[in-house]
Amino acid sequence: MSDATALPDAEATLVALAERMRGAVAYDAAFVGIYSGGAWLAERLPALVPGNHPVGYIDVSYYRDDYSRTGLKSGAKRTDLPFDVDGATIVLVDDVLFTGRSVRAAINELFDFGRPACIELAVLIDRGGRELPVEPTYCGARLTVARDLSVVLSRDADRLRLAVEKQER
Amino acid sequence: MRNPQLNANGELTHLLTLEGLPPDVIRGILDAATPFVSIAEREVKKVPLLRGKAVFNLFFENSTRTRTTFEIAAKRLSADVINLNIGASSTSKGETLLDTVDNLVAMDADIFVVRHSQSGAPHLIAAHLNAHGRTHVHVVNAGDGRHAHPTQGLLDLYTIRHYKREFHHLTVAIVGDVLHSRVARSLIHGLTTLGTPEVRVIGPKTLLPTAVQAMGVRVFHDMREGLRGCDVVVMLRLQNERMKGALLPSAGEFFKHYGLTQDKLSLAKPDVIVMHPGPMNRGVEIDSAVADGDRSVILPQVTFGIAVRMAVMSMIAGN
Amino acid sequence: MKIEIAHGRIVDPRNGVDRVASLYVAAGRVAAVGAAPDGWHANRVIDARGLVVAPGLVDVSARLREPGLEYRATLESEMDAACAGGVTSLACPPDTDPPLDEPGLVEMLKHRARSLNQAHVHPVGALTVQLQGATLTEMGELTEAGCVAFSHADVPLVDTELLRRAMQYASTFGYPLWLRPVDPHIGRLGVAHDGEVATRLGLAGIPAAAETIALATILALVRDTGVRVHLCRLSCAESVAMVRAAKQEGLPVTCDVAVHHLHLCDVDIGWFDSDANLVPPLRSTRDRAALRAGVADGTIDVVCSDHAPVDEDAKQVPFAEAEPGATGLELLLPLTLKWAQEDGVPLSAALARITSEPAKLIGSGAGDLAVGRAADVCVFDPQAYWKVERASLRSQGKNTPFLGLEVPGKVRYTLVAGQFVHEP
Repeated sequence: MSDATALPDAEATLVALAERMRGAVAYDAAFVGIYSGGAWLAERLPALVPGNHPVGYIDVSYYRDDYSRTGLKSGAKRTDLPFDVDGATIVLVDDVLFTGRSVRAAINELFDFGRPACIELAVLIDRGGRELPVEPTYCGARLTVARDLSVVLSRDADRLRLAVEKQER
Repeated sequence: MRNPQLNANGELTHLLTLEGLPPDVIRGILDAATPFVSIAEREVKKVPLLRGKAVFNLFFENSTRTRTTFEIAAKRLSADVINLNIGASSTSKGETLLDTVDNLVAMDADIFVVRHSQSGAPHLIAAHLNAHGRTHVHVVNAGDGRHAHPTQGLLDLYTIRHYKREFHHLTVAIVGDVLHSRVARSLIHGLTTLGTPEVRVIGPKTLLPTAVQAMGVRVFHDMREGLRGCDVVVMLRLQNERMKGALLPSAGEFFKHYGLTQDKLSLAKPDVIVMHPGPMNRGVEIDSAVADGDRSVILPQVTFGIAVRMAVMSMIAGN
Repeated sequence: MKIEIAHGRIVDPRNGVDRVASLYVAAGRVAAVGAAPDGWHANRVIDARGLVVAPGLVDVSARLREPGLEYRATLESEMDAACAGGVTSLACPPDTDPPLDEPGLVEMLKHRARSLNQAHVHPVGALTVQLQGATLTEMGELTEAGCVAFSHADVPLVDTELLRRAMQYASTFGYPLWLRPVDPHIGRLGVAHDGEVATRLGLAGIPAAAETIALATILALVRDTGVRVHLCRLSCAESVAMVRAAKQEGLPVTCDVAVHHLHLCDVDIGWFDSDANLVPPLRSTRDRAALRAGVADGTIDVVCSDHAPVDEDAKQVPFAEAEPGATGLELLLPLTLKWAQEDGVPLSAALARITSEPAKLIGSGAGDLAVGRAADVCVFDPQAYWKVERASLRSQGKNTPFLGLEVPGKVRYTLVAGQFVHEP
């Protein structure tokens, strides 16, 4: 699949994801979004999922496994977790789950802040192609995409949008 | 002649001096340092960026302060740190500087943090590494003679940016022994590169380098005149050795003309910030009231110093 | 052996010759210029078409590093370099180890040099014992042993009264004094010209005053005593002006410049290139321009190489710790030609600075191609460019700021006393 018409609508998929989380997610679970797409989603979820859900943001730049190859990426943002990680129930939120490496990095980073009671994973899109044993707890939609293409979430004012782009190597 | 600090892709591979670095490289380092500042607030003050990398502190000139900040910065990046205080020991055994470097490269050094009493020593090491194709080994200049102290220059720039937002409307004064100061030279290069419209040096003729105006600064011998309207005042350390060699009659006389007091500081802008690379000689270049006063940002400089050094090491090690 | 150097451009500055002609050498001397002598049968003919046939070069300052400094260079390697550079006579400074302050040392050096049958070596004796600036050396004995002049090398003379006495003593007997003007205190810790470059690089500076103050002292003493003095290695614009005025005044002074200073300035230190660490230091562009003008108008009489081979270990250290000096015997001709080409100086006038004028200074009979003169000849191709590389240098010292650069002027043949000491 490679043309935009077959892509699901981002807003509708977010609603579907929230549907799946409602009733399953812990009442006071924290939603921690991985920059940038995950962060946008984590911001939107508390309005769609009842409960007391603190929102945090995590930048995984310093925990990536490809540093030796690609060097330090510019534009690192500040990881911000406004709750006590020790004993917390955390739902990591990301836009597109692909190889699983970003999630691995995020989990490592969370453990440098403390010891969570449990971590779940919510993703808008699971496009397959896993290289690590990582599975989403909650998933908006599944897609099959050619390896040389990227699935990208963007935000235009308040509207989220999905697109497929050629991979930059 | 290609800039020895940049690799074939124009990326920073050594940090030897701020002179000649493109402004976006300098800004890139300041931007990269910002997120590292918050790491100090975490419980685990570490990120795994340089895990498995070896950082060798090659200090041919003693400095516990600088060495310690580099060590902290490297450890916060999860690097292995080895401290070598060469001092007299290696030269007494007859081993040359470059032989020492070669031996350490053979021990899988990734980054050399070098402090040396002679200007140009880090350049010599970087040229030697470049000539032998050791592109995976990087040099950070921790201070060479009176030539450069680029990480200090960067943390000074970071501090100024933190409090003043931008450079293009600032008047900055650097006061004291500019002649012998690598800190001053690096800061001057950094400020002029980032477009600071007025950089002043204030000191007696004996402590200002020949033709210093050519570096893009305005010279003042009268401190009151020089401080008028300043946004930033940077005080330099006056070393005791300067009293010999007829540069100055005494520390007391120096303080009278060039020491920073509350009274002189009032000539600067009301929101002026006071900086000092440390360690301070209270009562010689700066009086305690100012050093501990509310305009002083001397302690934050230290915190920013660690973040800046983390940014530098993680940038060059990745190139 | 009868040698015919055919159809080259013979340039003999002293005798005002500059024409295409053949040079005839027999029994080690110039037998004829232009037309062959009667009954001429050459044993060897050199086709010198397109080449310049000049007197062998005379270099008034070339360190051979013997005695004592053999780890830097040996007589063999440096005499080889001289031949490759077309230098057939050279004067070596007294800063060996031990310094040339005893007749025995001078005799040994001359003997060693003679046995190589290459360039003529004219030692310059130390003015004071051990170059320590306290006691005068036995100039008479040293002159008998072969010293052509007396100098203090690069060691500043602190005691001005001793300097005055030395000048009076030397002039009593006509011993030439070659002095490098350098103040003992100003800039003594410096390693680079005190200016913008040293300021930026954080290198301790040597102000121009270090040279001009000492020069003023020497000139005042010359005025006072009437002693003839040769001033070595000028580096400042101000010095050139002072010498010009002194000559106009009629003072008996001559001077020289190291050929590197005609080309390089302090900016060429680049990123702390230790090969650019020289004594005197490379100064500003303004100084360089004045030195070039000084050579062109004759204020500066002689250009020398100031050859100083240094071992690699002594250069592969931070700039201020490096041993100063550059290798230069093989670059004296190319760098002189380069300057002449750039400034439009006629070849004959340029060659005079490295042949007839230095020969006059040394008091040697060499430096021209008059009939009857010993056949010290340098045959070179002024159009041939060659790259200065470690492999192409014969000197043991590879320390030159010109490494990697192309220079004009390739020596094809060098003859000393009618013998080939260098050929392709």
